[in-house]
Amino acid sequence: MEPTTAPTKPQFSPAAQAEIKRLLTHYPEDRSKSALLPILHIAQAEFGGWVSPEVQDLVAETLKIKPIEVYEVATFYTQYNLKPVGKHVLEICRTGPCMLRGSDELTEHLERITGAKVGGTSPDGTFTLKEVECLAACGFAPIVQVREKYYEQLDTPEAVDAMLNELKSLVHRPILPWEETGLPNSLKNY
Amino acid sequence: MGRKLLTEHINVEGIETFDVYRKHGGYRSVEKALKTMTPDEVVEEVKKSGLRGRGGAGFPTGMKWSFLAKPEGVPRYLVCNADESEPGTFKDRQLMSKLPHLLIEGMITGSYALGARTSYIYIRGELLYVLRILEKAIAEAYAAGFLGENILGSGYSLDLHVHPGAGAYICGEETALLESLEGKRGNPRNKPPFPAVQGLYARPTVVNNVETIAAVVPIVNEGGDEYAKLGVGKSTGTKLISACGHLNKPGIYEIELGVPVEEFIYSDEYCGGIWKGRDLKAVVAGGSSVPILPKELILKTAAGENRLMTYESLSDGGFITGTMLGSGGFIAMDETTCIVKNTWNFSRFYHHESCGQCSPCREGTGWLEKVLHRLEHGHGSMHDIDLIVSVAKQIEGNTICPLGEAAAWPVAAAVRHFRHEFEWHVTNPKEATAPGAAYRGAPVLA
Repeated sequence: MEPTTAPTKPQFSPAAQAEIKRLLTHYPEDRSKSALLPILHIAQAEFGGWVSPEVQDLVAETLKIKPIEVYEVATFYTQYNLKPVGKHVLEICRTGPCMLRGSDELTEHLERITGAKVGGTSPDGTFTLKEVECLAACGFAPIVQVREKYYEQLDTPEAVDAMLNELKSLVHRPILPWEETGLPNSLKNY
Repeated sequence: MGRKLLTEHINVEGIETFDVYRKHGGYRSVEKALKTMTPDEVVEEVKKSGLRGRGGAGFPTGMKWSFLAKPEGVPRYLVCNADESEPGTFKDRQLMSKLPHLLIEGMITGSYALGARTSYIYIRGELLYVLRILEKAIAEAYAAGFLGENILGSGYSLDLHVHPGAGAYICGEETALLESLEGKRGNPRNKPPFPAVQGLYARPTVVNNVETIAAVVPIVNEGGDEYAKLGVGKSTGTKLISACGHLNKPGIYEIELGVPVEEFIYSDEYCGGIWKGRDLKAVVAGGSSVPILPKELILKTAAGENRLMTYESLSDGGFITGTMLGSGGFIAMDETTCIVKNTWNFSRFYHHESCGQCSPCREGTGWLEKVLHRLEHGHGSMHDIDLIVSVAKQIEGNTICPLGEAAAWPVAAAVRHFRHEFEWHVTNPKEATAPGAAYRGAPVLA
């Protein structure tokens, strides 16, 4: 079983620590707080797809900043999940261009077949549905983002099934070190 | 068929690698600038080119560069705005994934021109897969001696890093972007001071869009005057248009500025017409923030002239009968589209993305979303239509950053041109809210 909550005293893995060290070289020494957003991404990938208060405290400790400086950032940016999530978080774009190409219908369809409601997780813990704003791939609408991958042109039940089957076959593991994720079709065949 | 200055080689196998990119003429602008030109001469070429900011505002890039303060002994920065998130806009993602070295080349040449020794590409956090492509390409550029210490033996050194955001439209606003790059919430800063004087880490900074920086490469290679020969009037060069919505061929098109809008929509070279054999109803030509125009006014100006894909032609008629080229996010809507629903959707977007700093925007965008929601769902009144226009007016001009205007303009334009459709939702709520319902009456054209 995957743990659904982060351990109370989380620690970064050696791979994550090495990546954090590399990131810190990108900014002036007295400006290491700049690394906060990328480190929160690493933390979310490391600790089950969300950043618990304990994980946020660990990030504050790592950067030697006050916990509040992490909290105010983690709550501002929508990519950070502040509650436990399912194995796969499906981020459905709901903005105008996707709506014009059927994102409302896509959302209803996903709710029906995953058993999750938008903002919630399916009873078996596999899928969390989340509505998001424009993902900047409007010409290939409607779109769902799962972790680092965009699934595009999900305007048929077959396309949606293909996505879900691919996700079900994935072994859950942290993204680090840099994972080669599949590119969306629109970037393969220009 | 116009010339392609940025995407000519985009389909070449392996063009995302240093070797293939170099074989196709890549990094010539760096060699030319560092070996034969002074930084000021590079700025001069960009000024001559007439290049205007491709992120949406259309401000002359050369002028922006010349505003950069250059106090002795103080570092300055070039920051690339790759926080592409204006609904309808998806050109930079394609450019960065397929041609990462074009952006890197532009960053090196641009940083040299501005005297920056460290530069950043701020990319939206959803595009971590593109960030990885860029980091790989940057590593190749370091290995080939185009980044790092003493580039090509010129004595000029540059470090380049990519920095991810984490989901916030507002970080496309340049001062919010800088806050975010400093590890803070993306709250736009009060101006002045402008970033050119106090930007990243309170140092002089230029922030430019991905496509703007990429355009520096052909400008330096061919000269500003040559670049300015393309296009029409003050709309020089080429522009990436990302076309979406109800088109047969949505996608990214590099056009020479000046292509007629009608040709862009209907010709097979571009979007190939409206899908499912339907008629065009309306277009949002430059990203969700710009005024929506009905078919009649997007194809021809109020004076009856053919509308062209240029900054000037699209804004002909001001906000009464015109719109803006903006970011080049071109959203087409067919005859079945509900304008009220679409306007509500965009208002929900701006409400969601308001940083909450300024009351007119924080509260006003919420009002717009709520009142539009009830209009769309058949619970609105005639007064509500005037109310949203009034709220939009009270947001506009009263906020620190342009998100206020971005939220207000689409509402004002939708009511101006499609007032009858809003009224129909009030007078015939049952009909208007039926599944698949669409108002087919004539829009207001003046």
